[in-house]
Amino acid sequence: MKLAAHVQAIPPSGIRRLFDVVAQMDDVISLGVGEPDFGTAWRVREAAIYGLERGRTSYTGNSGLLELRQAVSAALRGRYDLVYDPDAEVLIAVGVSEALDLALRALLDPGDEVLVPQPCYVAYPPCVALAGGVAVAVGTRAAEGFVPAAAALEAAVTPRTRAILLNYPSNPTGAVPDEAALRAIAAVAARHDLVVISDEIYDRLAYDAPHVAFAGLPGMRERTLLLNGFSKTYGMTGWRVGYAAGPEPLIAAMTKIHQYTALCASRPAQEAAIEALRTPDCAVQAMVDEYDGRRRVIVSGLNRIGLPCHLPRGAFYAFPSIAGTGLSATEFAERLLVEARVAVAPGDAFGVGGEGHIRCAYATGLPKIEEALARMERFLAGLPGFVPGRAAAARG
Amino acid sequence: MSEPGDDLTRKILRALETDARRGPRQIALLTGLSEAQAADAIAALERRGIIRAYRAAIDWGRVEPERVVAFIDVSVTPQRDVGFDQVAARIYRHPEVRSVHLVSGGHDLRVVVEGRTMHEVAAFVGEKLAPIEHVTATNTHFQLRAYKEDGLILTEEPTDDDRLAVTP
Ligand SMILES: Cc1ncc(COP(=O)(O)O)c(C=O)c1O
Repeated sequence: MKLAAHVQAIPPSGIRRLFDVVAQMDDVISLGVGEPDFGTAWRVREAAIYGLERGRTSYTGNSGLLELRQAVSAALRGRYDLVYDPDAEVLIAVGVSEALDLALRALLDPGDEVLVPQPCYVAYPPCVALAGGVAVAVGTRAAEGFVPAAAALEAAVTPRTRAILLNYPSNPTGAVPDEAALRAIAAVAARHDLVVISDEIYDRLAYDAPHVAFAGLPGMRERTLLLNGFSKTYGMTGWRVGYAAGPEPLIAAMTKIHQYTALCASRPAQEAAIEALRTPDCAVQAMVDEYDGRRRVIVSGLNRIGLPCHLPRGAFYAFPSIAGTGLSATEFAERLLVEARVAVAPGDAFGVGGEGHIRCAYATGLPKIEEALARMERFLAGLPGFVPGRAAAARG
Repeated sequence: MSEPGDDLTRKILRALETDARRGPRQIALLTGLSEAQAADAIAALERRGIIRAYRAAIDWGRVEPERVVAFIDVSVTPQRDVGFDQVAARIYRHPEVRSVHLVSGGHDLRVVVEGRTMHEVAAFVGEKLAPIEHVTATNTHFQLRAYKEDGLILTEEPTDDDRLAVTP
């Protein structure tokens, strides 16, 4: 069968290959899982069950349940003092994944460019390509906390550049720029009239300082599309629900695509999401505290066994250097899996700047993290020529 | 350094409540303190009586299926000056008594008693508890099944982690 050339041109995911190997092994400790080990809270599951019992199983309006849009709007106002009209500026989608796809399709003409600081979430470059655009990588470095320099972003701007795609706290690096760095990026966006797509799905997992919503920076609300969802904060990855909030014309264009391609997000998931937004802050805080403890344990452990790692400021990923092993990230990940039974994601799967690193998710209980560290230490001890503590070569 | 109720103290306490075997080294790692600071903070919490004991959570029902637990509502005539305290003390000093709480509602004290057999518990209530001076009535409920205790669900087998091993 002949398949579309632009689809065939997309390389297979570097993570997928590893997954096929893991599937045939047992006794694997996985630091490869990009989703919370806290399941969905019972009160949230119960809300969906009640909804099903009452027969709430029909389509919802294309934009999603009004009650959910109102709750999202209230949450954004409460947390970031951002005001979005639930009727026109909020869209409920099938996860941040769909919202991102809609945004790119709504914004890009064929050949339009999107600046993507990398290492980045694996889906970004393929999503840009599938929407007919060109993802322009802007590399970041461990030495700078994987925060993109505004000058590097600006140097990548061309007349075809339409948008910047940001994700802080970051998957896979855990990076969180400070407000000054975000303002410098905002200035680039303003100077070149770019849209900023800000995937803030890890907003609640910011450990060292309160999260700064990009749309809340001066002058940014009118050019920012805020994406967020329920997968990470509320342990709801399998429910497939998320949202976009932004200027009315962009939300309207996204809704137009969404109504023909998805129609609406899953009804039970929307019912559950309303309840998730009622989760008391102390429950979210208890989860954040737990991740924070694991973050310190895994980062100090990685540094101790000779894999230098900066302290990530958000999300649930550590991104240590494996340069001292002399192996490529993919070789390292495959050998670690086969020889030590620990699954990690190879850094090169996340684009420019990822080679020489691995991503270790700490969305796994402490005993497993400690056992994984012990296994990695034994694996490293058996590697000839391992130079503990060597950091990845700087790259732009 | 740390005061009861502050964030750091709460983190230490929560970490120990989750797993009492965590030592100062682990507490230090989890909270960002130095090991010496963590040891000091824990010692201070012990000294102040905020940490009362370190113990294991045991599902005794699996070891001794015959074991009997009873919840007893006790009505008491309160005494001048000492209120319910003296009667409560008479009750809680018995080693068979697992807990005693003063509660609002139709009764005064809610007592949990454990024994090896139904007979043993019944004898305790009839011979020790009911005759205590100022106790006016007891109402005994035998436990039929324990579902959850001290925040631990006892009935479910731990669910398998069915997340994919590597996800984006
Ligand atoms: C940065 C980032 N964006 C989006 C997603 C997907 O989110 P959703 O489950 O809401 O589609 C993930 C999941 O790993 C992610 O890490």
